[in-house]
Amino acid sequence: MSWLNALVQGVLLGGLYAIFATGLSLAFGVMRFVNLAHGDLAILAGYLVLSTASTMGVNHVVSLPLVVILMAGIGYVGQRFLFNRTIGPDPLAGILCSFGIGVVIQNFLLARYTATDRYLDAGPIETSTIRINDSVSIGHFSLLTFVSAIVLLGALQLFLSHTTIGRAFRATADDPSTAQLMGINDKRIYGFAMAIAFATVGIAGFFLGARETFAPASGPNQLLFGFEAVVIGGLGSLWGTLMGGIVLGVAQAFGNQLSVGWNLLAGHIVFLMVLAFRPNGLFGTGVRT
Amino acid sequence: MLVVDGMSAGYEDFRALFDVSMSVREGETVAMVGANGAGKSTFLRAVMGQVRLHSGTVRFDGRDISSLKAHERVKLGISLVPEGRRIFPSLTVRENLLIGSFAKRSGPWTVERVVTMFPMLERLLTRSAAKLSGGEQQAIAIGRALLSNPRLVLLDEVSLGLAPVVVKQLYSALPMISEQGATVIVVEQDIHQALAVSDRVYCLLEGRVSLSGEASTVSTSDITAAYFGAAI
Repeated sequence: MSWLNALVQGVLLGGLYAIFATGLSLAFGVMRFVNLAHGDLAILAGYLVLSTASTMGVNHVVSLPLVVILMAGIGYVGQRFLFNRTIGPDPLAGILCSFGIGVVIQNFLLARYTATDRYLDAGPIETSTIRINDSVSIGHFSLLTFVSAIVLLGALQLFLSHTTIGRAFRATADDPSTAQLMGINDKRIYGFAMAIAFATVGIAGFFLGARETFAPASGPNQLLFGFEAVVIGGLGSLWGTLMGGIVLGVAQAFGNQLSVGWNLLAGHIVFLMVLAFRPNGLFGTGVRT
Repeated sequence: MLVVDGMSAGYEDFRALFDVSMSVREGETVAMVGANGAGKSTFLRAVMGQVRLHSGTVRFDGRDISSLKAHERVKLGISLVPEGRRIFPSLTVRENLLIGSFAKRSGPWTVERVVTMFPMLERLLTRSAAKLSGGEQQAIAIGRALLSNPRLVLLDEVSLGLAPVVVKQLYSALPMISEQGATVIVVEQDIHQALAVSDRVYCLLEGRVSLSGEASTVSTSDITAAYFGAAI
C-alpha cells in the first residue's frame, strides 16, 4: 500500500512542479524565450513574501497577492526594456541574459537576506491531513497546491482560447511578423506574456517556500525540475505541463520508495528516457520554427 | 490618399528599391506589376512599415507615416494581405478572421460579410486553418485583412501558386472590396489579371518604376518592355 501512497504524493507534488513550470512553458510557447532565471525568480518571490509580510505586519498568505502583482509588474517591465532586446533569430542572447539575471538575483538575495534557510508559513493547513486509510493520507496543503495548479492552468487555457488578447497571444506565438499586420504590437504581447509568467512564478515561489525551506541559491535546482516537467509534458502545451509535472512527481516518489537516494535520480532518468524516445514530450506537438 | 516619394528600401546591405515614387487616390485600384525580384513585395512591406526606409517618405492622408510601426499603420487603416498568405496555423478559420479585427476599426466588414464574399469558407469556420488548400488560405488571408476595415488594402501576389480556376474565383471577389469603399493596391506577376481589375498600373523593374499609366490606355508591348527591361 505504500506504493499507492507514493503514487498519490507524487501526483500532488506534480501540481507544484506544474505551477512552477507554467511560466517557463508560457514564455517558451509565446516568444521562444528560455528563461534561465525562472528558478531564482521563484526564490525571489519567496523572499518578497517574507519582506512584504513583515513590513505590513500581516501573515504570508495575505502578502501573496501583493507579491504576485509586483512580480507581474517586474515581468512586464523586464520584458519590455530588457528581454525584448534579446529576441531575434539567435536564442543565445536571451539565454545568456536570463542566466546573468539569475546570478544577479542570487547574489542580491545573499546580500540582502544572508544564506540562512527560510520558510513561509501557510497557516495550520500545512500540517493537517485527510486520512484515507492506514497508509495513505493526503495533506491539505499538498491538495491545495494541486487544486491551485489545475485552477491556474484552467484559467490560463480559458484566457488563451476565449479572449481577444488570448487569441492575439496565440497568433503572435505562431508568427509575430504577421501578427503585426493585424494591428498587434508583438513586443507588448511579449510584455503581457512575461507578466503572466512572472505572476505564476510568484505563486510557485509561495508554494515552494511553504513546502520546504529555501535559501538564495535554491533557484537553479527548481529550474531543473521545471524544465523536466515542461520537456516531459511537451513544449508549449499547457496541460502537457501539468502531466509532465505529475510524471516527474510520481517518478521521484517511486524512486524514493525504492530507496531514499533514488528520489531525484528516478525523476532525471524518466526525463532522459522521454527526451530519448519522445523528444516532443508525451503530449507535445513539436516546436514550430 | 497614399503618396510615396523617393522611396529607397531594402534588407541589411541589399537594396531592393531605388527612388520609387507613386501615388494612389482614394477609391482607386492600382496594380503594381513586375518580374520576380523587381521589388514589388518589398514596396508593399515598406508601405506597411515592415521594411526600413533608407530614404524617402510614405504619406497617408497627407500625414508622414514613415516612422510608424506596422501595427500603428493598421490602426490608421492600412492592411496587407502578405505574400504566402501567412495563416495562423494554431487558430481556427473563424479565429483567423476575427484576429483581423484586433485593431477595432469600425466599418462594413464582418465575418458574415467575408463569408458572403467567399462562400467556400462557410463550412470551414470551426476547422483548424493549418490544413486547408492554398485557395482557401488565400480567401482567409484576404478576409482577415478586410476585417480591420481598412481604407487601403495591399494585396501581395494573390494568385501565387494557385490553380487558374481558384485565381479567377478570388479575383472575381475583388470588386466587392472597392464597392465597400476601400482603395486597393494589387501586386501581381500576372499582368492580365492585374490590368483587368485596376484603374492604373505601375511597372517595377529592378527596383525602379519603369512605367506608369492608365490601365486602359497602356499597350501590351509597352508593359512587356517595361516588365522585362528590354526592347523587344
